Amino acid sequence: MTDAVAPGWRHLPAVASALAFAGFVSLVPAVVAGGAPTLALPWVPALGVEAAFRLDGLGLAFALLVTGIGALILLYAASYFRTDRRLGSLLLTLSAFEIAMLGVVTADDLVTLFVFWEATTITSWLLVGFDHERGAARAAALQALVITAAGGLALLAGLLLMGMTAGSWRLSGLGALQTSTAYPLILGLVVVAAFAKSAQWPFHFWLPNAMAAPTPVSAYLHSATMVKAGVYLLARLAPNLGDTALWHGLLIPAGAITMLIGAVWALRQTDLKLMLAWTTLMGLGLMTLLLGVGTPAAITAAVGFLLVHALYKAGLFLAVGMIEKGAGSRNYTDLGALARAMPVTTVVVTLAAAAMAGLPPFLGFVAKELIYAATLGNLLLTLAVVVANALMVACAGMIALRPFAGPPRSPNPTPGDPVWGLRLGPVVLAVLGLGFGLLPMLAENWLIGPMHHSVAAAPLEGHLGLWHGLGLPLGLSVATWALGLGIYLNLNRLRDGLAAAEPRLPRTEAWYDALMAGLFGVARAITAATQTGRATSYLRVTFAVLAVMVWGALLTGPIAWPSLAQLRAATFIDWAITAIVLASIAIVLRSRSRLTAIAALGGVGSGIAFIFILYGATDVAMTQLFVEILVVVFLGLAMVRLPTAGDLPFRRLNALVAAALGIGATVAVLAVLGTPLDPVLSTFFEANSYPEAHGRNIVNVILVDFRGFDTLGEISVVVIAAVAAIAVLKRRVR
Amino acid sequence: MELLLAVLVGALVAAGAYLMMSGRTLPYLFGLTMISNAANLAIFATGRLTFGKPPLVPGDAETLAGAANPLPQALILTAIVIGFGLLVFALALALKSYRGLGTDDIDAAAAEERT
Repeated sequence: MTDAVAPGWRHLPAVASALAFAGFVSLVPAVVAGGAPTLALPWVPALGVEAAFRLDGLGLAFALLVTGIGALILLYAASYFRTDRRLGSLLLTLSAFEIAMLGVVTADDLVTLFVFWEATTITSWLLVGFDHERGAARAAALQALVITAAGGLALLAGLLLMGMTAGSWRLSGLGALQTSTAYPLILGLVVVAAFAKSAQWPFHFWLPNAMAAPTPVSAYLHSATMVKAGVYLLARLAPNLGDTALWHGLLIPAGAITMLIGAVWALRQTDLKLMLAWTTLMGLGLMTLLLGVGTPAAITAAVGFLLVHALYKAGLFLAVGMIEKGAGSRNYTDLGALARAMPVTTVVVTLAAAAMAGLPPFLGFVAKELIYAATLGNLLLTLAVVVANALMVACAGMIALRPFAGPPRSPNPTPGDPVWGLRLGPVVLAVLGLGFGLLPMLAENWLIGPMHHSVAAAPLEGHLGLWHGLGLPLGLSVATWALGLGIYLNLNRLRDGLAAAEPRLPRTEAWYDALMAGLFGVARAITAATQTGRATSYLRVTFAVLAVMVWGALLTGPIAWPSLAQLRAATFIDWAITAIVLASIAIVLRSRSRLTAIAALGGVGSGIAFIFILYGATDVAMTQLFVEILVVVFLGLAMVRLPTAGDLPFRRLNALVAAALGIGATVAVLAVLGTPLDPVLSTFFEANSYPEAHGRNIVNVILVDFRGFDTLGEISVVVIAAVAAIAVLKRRVR
Repeated sequence: MELLLAVLVGALVAAGAYLMMSGRTLPYLFGLTMISNAANLAIFATGRLTFGKPPLVPGDAETLAGAANPLPQALILTAIVIGFGLLVFALALALKSYRGLGTDDIDAAAAEERT
């Protein structure tokens, strides 16, 4: 087994990310003091677009999560895919994603925000589809791309509307938009964007499917960073758009539904990674719900839970990767009694699961108390949150106990903790969850307080702590644990009930599938209607479009009609030739004999040659006559080899299109004749043909001297046509 | 006379387009020829007409004035030859498709593909 990337280079992205993390840490004191470092570079000055970045409490906390967890994930990925030849591309894409995500959370300019937002969509598409040789991975990646990119379009429209309404392209300069007339539209667009990105109902289904991604990718994108971009957007815009009936009415129900769906279906999973994906939906729903409630206490709870969730969820995802590497499976029905063989993994999972269950003294407990305190006003919400949290307790129990206790089971006969590169990240994350719980003032002062300040525009009320006295929140916590224990003990019965109910429940993914099928159906129908493969219908469309364009130009522009004085009066011979040519055209159209038609076609050409002679174009006339003779000969030769055409049936539509085009051509020629002729080129040739090129036949001089290369090109075309014609005719038909 | 030429251009375009849409190879070739002629005639007419004075510099002069406009003539000469090349190639294709498909219906290839 050889390393895919040399050891020195393998950890370079992690080191770079750690350095960025250190850089952001150094900015913490300034932001805690209330500052907001900004950076603005001109980008498209003509449109007022800047590459503007601003780091307030919210942005800084996210930047720390993105770079800090990013460093751990990159380190982990380098070990996870150590011998995989795709490691280089994975590290590159992950790093690109990290930069994009950093851009999203620090952007202050609306267009900058959008560009980075789309960059996360595209890089995450590449990452979800990393195993691109598997059809399921490709399908999941495409689904995630379609949904989040559709949200991205909504975001673009929403951002532009906001910028136009507020008259500012800076997020920090938007001001309150709740009273503007465009507010409902803006909010709707922003909410669609945020819900699509953060996998809120009804868009939630893409997230579990995206578990087709490798474990490090899921740990990074689908727990700690990208799926939180939607929550970030809602938090970021809460001061500008929040606290209206519409805001509450959109966010609270969608958040609650997502939370409950995620919590319930997490129980149903036996694949630990899928279980984590569903619990992530629960967490995202809870954050959306809290932001929807929007009171200062709810915002404190939202940002507190955001930090807790990022730490324990990324840790758990990575730990599942450790289990998979160490024991050969991540399905808990295949696993048991791993505690002795994998002590590090056991400790990590236990710590992270305890934070997830909200046990003291973890930060998860602190956050859960905040959540209960924030939702106390509404009985229904309190109930929903208690049930969801109790389900989380049960899931935490499954994750922490099933693989490590019970009878020994493991596909790998000698399970063991994986190498240190895979241990470091999960350990750090799990310990942080414990550390912040023991010292909540650290989290409060550095992260939660400044984040709260950015969203609520007011300092934190009260303090974070493990002990808030005997109050309702504590009572609810106890109730949650009891309920969670009850669910855990009745797990099999509940899972059977869920399995029985599953086929009867409405699935929004089916709507998505139907929508995509409809889209492809419409595309197929349009293709079938327009791309018939029939040359005649293409010709008809081409001529019709040409006619519309000619008439469009004629009817919309001013036309100077030529006066009769500008035109030459027609002599008898002019009339006679015109009549002959028109008669010949009629014969070609109407004749039943192909020979007659070809002769009449020769008549048309000869008549035109005669016009050339009359009006001083002798060389042209000679060429025209020679060519006309050849045309008649060739067509006559071909006629012998082609079947008799018989009568051509009259086609009214074709006649209509042809007439429209023909009349348009006549009118266009007249319209050109009404404009003055610019003789500059003709005068030049008349003045210089003899002095410069020593030729008295000006037309010949133009062709062989002034425009000699054009003539060379023309001859080449004729040669190529002749060679091609010979090739076509010589090749035998199969 | 320009008026008559404009009418001729329109008649040639209309007849040429109609024949090209007829769906048979030989009429298609007739139509192609007519539309080539129409284009040449349109260039000629819009370059203005001068009766009976070819653009030839007389033997006792250096320059020329008052003769027919030489520029459209040069353009048309090129166009005639190119149009002829195009016609010959289309003719070869027509013969080839008849040999291959056994019909001179220009939509036959699509019909065959579908079955």
